[in-house]
Amino acid sequence: MLVLKLAFRNITHAGLRTWLNVIVLSFAFVLIVLTEGLYDGMSEQVKDAEIDSSVGGGQFWQKDYDPNDPFSFETAHSEIPVDLKKEIERDNASAVLIASASIFPRNLIQSVTLKGIDPDQKIVNLPVTVLKEEQDTNAIPGLIGFRMAKSTGLQAGDYVSARWRNIKGTFDAGDIKIVKVININIPSVDKGQIWIPLESLRTMMQAPGQATVITFKKNLSRIPSGSREWIFKDHNYLLKDLNENISRKRLYSNFMFSLLLGIALLAVFDTQVLSIFRRRKEIGTLMALGMTKWSVIILFTLEGCLLGILAFITGFMYGYPILAYLAKEGIVLPRMIEQSQFAILLVLYPKYGLKLYIVTALILFISVIIVSFLPAHRIAKLKPTDALKGKLS
Amino acid sequence: MTDSQIIKVNNLIKDYTMGKQFFRALNDINLSVKTGEFCGLVGPSGSGKTTLLNIIGALDNPTGGDAIIMDKSVNALKSKEAAKLRNESIGFIFQTYNLLPIYTVYENVEFPLLLLKKNKRDREEAVMRALEWVGISDKANSKPNQLSGGESQRVAVARAMVKLPKIVLADEPTANLDAANSHNILKTLQKLNSELKTTFIFATHDEKVIGYLRRKIILGDGKVIDDININ
Repeated sequence: MLVLKLAFRNITHAGLRTWLNVIVLSFAFVLIVLTEGLYDGMSEQVKDAEIDSSVGGGQFWQKDYDPNDPFSFETAHSEIPVDLKKEIERDNASAVLIASASIFPRNLIQSVTLKGIDPDQKIVNLPVTVLKEEQDTNAIPGLIGFRMAKSTGLQAGDYVSARWRNIKGTFDAGDIKIVKVININIPSVDKGQIWIPLESLRTMMQAPGQATVITFKKNLSRIPSGSREWIFKDHNYLLKDLNENISRKRLYSNFMFSLLLGIALLAVFDTQVLSIFRRRKEIGTLMALGMTKWSVIILFTLEGCLLGILAFITGFMYGYPILAYLAKEGIVLPRMIEQSQFAILLVLYPKYGLKLYIVTALILFISVIIVSFLPAHRIAKLKPTDALKGKLS
Repeated sequence: MTDSQIIKVNNLIKDYTMGKQFFRALNDINLSVKTGEFCGLVGPSGSGKTTLLNIIGALDNPTGGDAIIMDKSVNALKSKEAAKLRNESIGFIFQTYNLLPIYTVYENVEFPLLLLKKNKRDREEAVMRALEWVGISDKANSKPNQLSGGESQRVAVARAMVKLPKIVLADEPTANLDAANSHNILKTLQKLNSELKTTFIFATHDEKVIGYLRRKIILGDGKVIDDININ
C-alpha cells in the first residue's frame, strides 16, 4: 500500500514526464480502439451489404451452377420445384436466371453475365423496379452498376447490342437499353453483369419457368429442404470468400494493433530505462533510507502501471466523445475506394463493443506491466553504494 | 560486545576487483564505537572512510572479518534484514544531500516515517519537530531546487534525525558548504547528539568537522593509523 502511495505520489509529482507518457499511451489506446472499431464496423457493413443486395437469407442453386465458371451457365437452369415456387408466390423468395452473353460496346466485344430478375421482387435490395418502367418495347431494359458502366463506357439511355445462345444452342441477338446505372458498392452484383427482367431472359433463353438461383428472404424461420436438382447454400457457404477476405484483412489490422501497441510500449520502456538511469542516486537513497530492492522494483513497476491506468482514463475522457461521434456520423472514405474488390461502403461506421474496450485495455495494461518491470528488474543487481554514487553496477 | 558498544568492527577487510586485479580498500580494521559518541573517520581521499561507513551502514558487505551493528552481524544480514536495520536504526547524511527532487521539504523528511508505517499524526509531529531542530520549518513546502546548499543539508539532517535513529552516519556532510553553513550544521548535530544521545560517525577530511569531533579515528591506506579520544 505504501509503495502504491509512493508510486502515485512520484508520478503525480513528475509533471511533464508523466503527462508525455500518458498522452502517448492514451493516443495508442484510442487509436487501437478506433482502428479495431473501423475494422469490425467495415466487416459488419460489408457482410450486411452482401446479404442485403446479393445473398439474402440463403440461396438454392441449380446443381450445375458455379458462379466462377461461366460455361456452367449453359446447363445451370431448370424448372423451379413446387415448394420453392410457393415461397416465391408468398414473397419469401425470388428467382434469378443466369446466362452468358456477349455485348458490343464501343465496337468491342465483351463477355457479360445476364441476370434475369423479377422487377417486383422484394428480397434483395436492388432498384430493379426501373426495369418494368421502360417504355421502349424494341429493346430489353437493362440495369448496370457503376463499375460495369465504367468498364463498358455505357451510360443510362445507351443501347448496346447483345448476343447470346439459348438453351437449345441457337445464337440470338438483340439490343439492351441501359435504363439506369446504379451506384452500388458491391462488386458481386456489379462487375460484368447486366440485370434484365426475368421473363425477358426466359424468353431470350427459351427457358420458361426456369431459374438458376432462388434467393430467400433474410431471417426466414423455415426454409424448404433441397433436392438433388436444387441445393441450398447457407451464409457459411455464400459468404465463405468474403469471410476469408475479412480474415486476410484481419492480419493487417493485427499488424496495426501490434505497431501501435509497440510504439506505446516503447515509450514506456524508454521512460523506464531513462528513469532508472536518471534516478540511480534516488534509488540508492531509497535503499539507504530503508527500502528493500524489491520494494524499489515494485515502486518503479507500479509507476509504469499507474501511467497505464492514467492513460486509460485520459484516453477514455477525450477518446470516448470522438469515438462515439465517429460511430454515429461515420467516416467518409475517398471515392478511390470504389475500385476495391471488397464491398466497402463510402461511409464507414466504426463499431466498438465493450469487449473491444476491455480486451484493448487489458492487453495494453498487461504489456505496460511487463515493460515497466523489465527495466526495473535491473535494480535487483544494483549495489546501493554504486547507486548512491550515481553509478550503474 | 558490552552494552554501551553500539558498533564493533573486527578484522575487517574489503577488497574491490578491478578487472583481474583487486584493490584492498580496508585492511584488518578493528574498532568499537560506544552509544552516544560523536566521532569521525578521518583521512585523505582513498583512505577507506566511505567504504567503512558504508559497511557500518549495512549498505555494503565486507570481504573478510565482520562488523557488528547493534548486535547484528552485517555479514549475516540478508538484504531485507539490512534494509530493516537501516530503516529502523540508522540515519544517513550525504555529501550531496540526496534529497528526493520531486518531493517538498516536508515530504522528504516524512519519507523515513512512511517506511516505518507511522500514522499521519505521529508523522506530522515528528516532521515538524525535526524541521524545528534544524531551523527550517518555514521551508516545509519548498522543493529541494528552491533551497540553498546549507538549507538542503539541514533538510538532510532533519530526514536523518526524524525517526530518532540510534546511529547517524554522515559522509563528508560539509564538503559542499561554506564555513558559516558548515558550523551551523555541525553545531546542530552536536546539539542533537548531546540531547538525544544519538551516535554520530562522520567520514571526513574537512578541518571544520574534525574540530568538532570528540573522537578521531585516523585512517590511512585502509588501516587505522590512530584513534584519538578528546575529553
